Amino acid sequence: MIEGAKWKRWVFFYIPLTAFVVSLLFPFYWMAVTTVRPDSELYRPWMAPNYAPFWTTRPTLEHVRGLLEETLFSTWMWNTMFIAIVSTIISLFCGLLAGYALSRLKFRFAGSLGTGIFVTYLVPQTLLFIPLADIIRNFKLGDSPWALILTYPTFLIPFCTWLLMGYFKAIPRELEECARIDGASRWKAMVYIIFPIAVPGILSAGIFAFTLSWNEFIYALVFISSPTQKTVPVGVTSELIRGDVFYWGQLMAGALLGSIPVAFVYSFFVEHYVAGLTGSVKG
Amino acid sequence: MAVSYAVAPRAYAGAPARGPITRLLEDERWLAVALLLPTVVLLGLFIAYPFVEGVVLSVTDAKVGIPGHFIGLDNFEKLWSDSIFRVAVRNTFVYTIVTTIFKLALGLWLAMLLNRHFKGKALTRAFILLPFIIPTVLSTFAWKWMFDPTFSVINWTLYRLSVIHGRINWLGDPDLAMISVIIVNVWRGVPFYAISLLAGLQTINPELQEAAAIDGARPWQRFWHVTWPLLLPVTMVVVLFSVIQTFADFQLVYVLTGGGPANATQLFATYAYQIGVGTGLLSEGAAISLAMFPVLLIVVIIQLLYIRRVETH
Repeated sequence: MIEGAKWKRWVFFYIPLTAFVVSLLFPFYWMAVTTVRPDSELYRPWMAPNYAPFWTTRPTLEHVRGLLEETLFSTWMWNTMFIAIVSTIISLFCGLLAGYALSRLKFRFAGSLGTGIFVTYLVPQTLLFIPLADIIRNFKLGDSPWALILTYPTFLIPFCTWLLMGYFKAIPRELEECARIDGASRWKAMVYIIFPIAVPGILSAGIFAFTLSWNEFIYALVFISSPTQKTVPVGVTSELIRGDVFYWGQLMAGALLGSIPVAFVYSFFVEHYVAGLTGSVKG
Repeated sequence: MAVSYAVAPRAYAGAPARGPITRLLEDERWLAVALLLPTVVLLGLFIAYPFVEGVVLSVTDAKVGIPGHFIGLDNFEKLWSDSIFRVAVRNTFVYTIVTTIFKLALGLWLAMLLNRHFKGKALTRAFILLPFIIPTVLSTFAWKWMFDPTFSVINWTLYRLSVIHGRINWLGDPDLAMISVIIVNVWRGVPFYAISLLAGLQTINPELQEAAAIDGARPWQRFWHVTWPLLLPVTMVVVLFSVIQTFADFQLVYVLTGGGPANATQLFATYAYQIGVGTGLLSEGAAISLAMFPVLLIVVIIQLLYIRRVETH
């Protein structure tokens, strides 16, 4: 694909690609460097002659220690993990059943229900957070992880349903019909024949849902108030800044450690994640 | 189809005895009801109900802890004459339009680069998605630190490259604050555009390109007359998705500037948060959020019509 003179290859391919990669990844590098940089170096103005921004000669784990020992960071990690996993499971369960029904069964309103679920997929959280906060209070769910576990599926289910519908449509109907001729009920054909074939789709939807719930911010910010119940994004934002002082070392350590679970899941399932991402826009 | 239906009853008779629930679920309509029930309940309870509740709230004068009275469209009239609200509306449009143009242009460029064969392609693609998958709030903090006026690594770099001579107050200056917020949003969005468009590019048969090349089409003509029309459906969906997300954005601005300085980066969502949660004026906050609805509705309708058109073709 790369044709022409050598300089052309550099100008039109290597240089732009490198520029993209460097600028897309630099903030993460900066996060990591800040995490291990001692405070004396950290708060050296950029005008100072001995400002060496891109590396440190005296790496320290002081900020990580401070984060884990002096703050509730590990509690937030567990909260986020619990909320993300449970809401992902709920959403996968609902999405699987709904996706199957919408792609396979004939019933009235199938089309309009499908459109309805697609539309909810496009509803941003910021449209509803104020009335939803009121409802959460009325249901006595405020300040509990269940406020988030029950509301996160509202943006996860439509996504899972949409993605899985695509998978179900690609599975030939004959498979199910064979099973039913052999005496399986509709339910059994669905659970034992169709669902196992859709496992790659389930995995994609699950991974995507997990990262989305780990990322969610405004519901967690509004529905949760006590420090011990917070999720990582909200805890880092509200608890690591004391007064007006930003403890940048700890903040960056928090940002780095808080990204690890998502990055970890992602690194194992890149292909599934990409399939989920592109499936979500193709529909 | 007909065959399977004709055979099914016989197989059914020979099947082991089934309970009433299993038999009920043999009916497609009942099975559909059972399968859709959990989804409909959850979405109804936490999307449809809050939406109705939001509309009801917006025509009252409710505050936190104080149930309101019906006041008609007073909240919306108040917004109409609220200068901060007008600034927020303008900012939201500027933010959405400018970031979308840059995300599309850069995303397309990156997708074209990634569509070639080179060593380490899979790894590059995996790393490039990181800005999109890492929680936005956390990566935005890294940017906030990079924009810090006293300790900014960006300032240092620009100074060393002799682009600037003094310090730049990225987040403190109203115009620069908007630019900074836009930069971070573009940074976060480009990978999503690039990977989605790359998936679109990969479905285009390379023989079409070759045929055009043999016919003497120049690279630019090949892109414009062959690639772009075939990529348009994916592009449309990606852009519409991203427009909705950007228009309703909250977390990025909340972390970087909180809407400041002097409301220079105030968006619908940050203003709704400030009024509805910050000052506890529930009904006014709900009204600000709802004011986003007409624009979102238009985008959703365009999207639905477009998808339907593509499907029927």
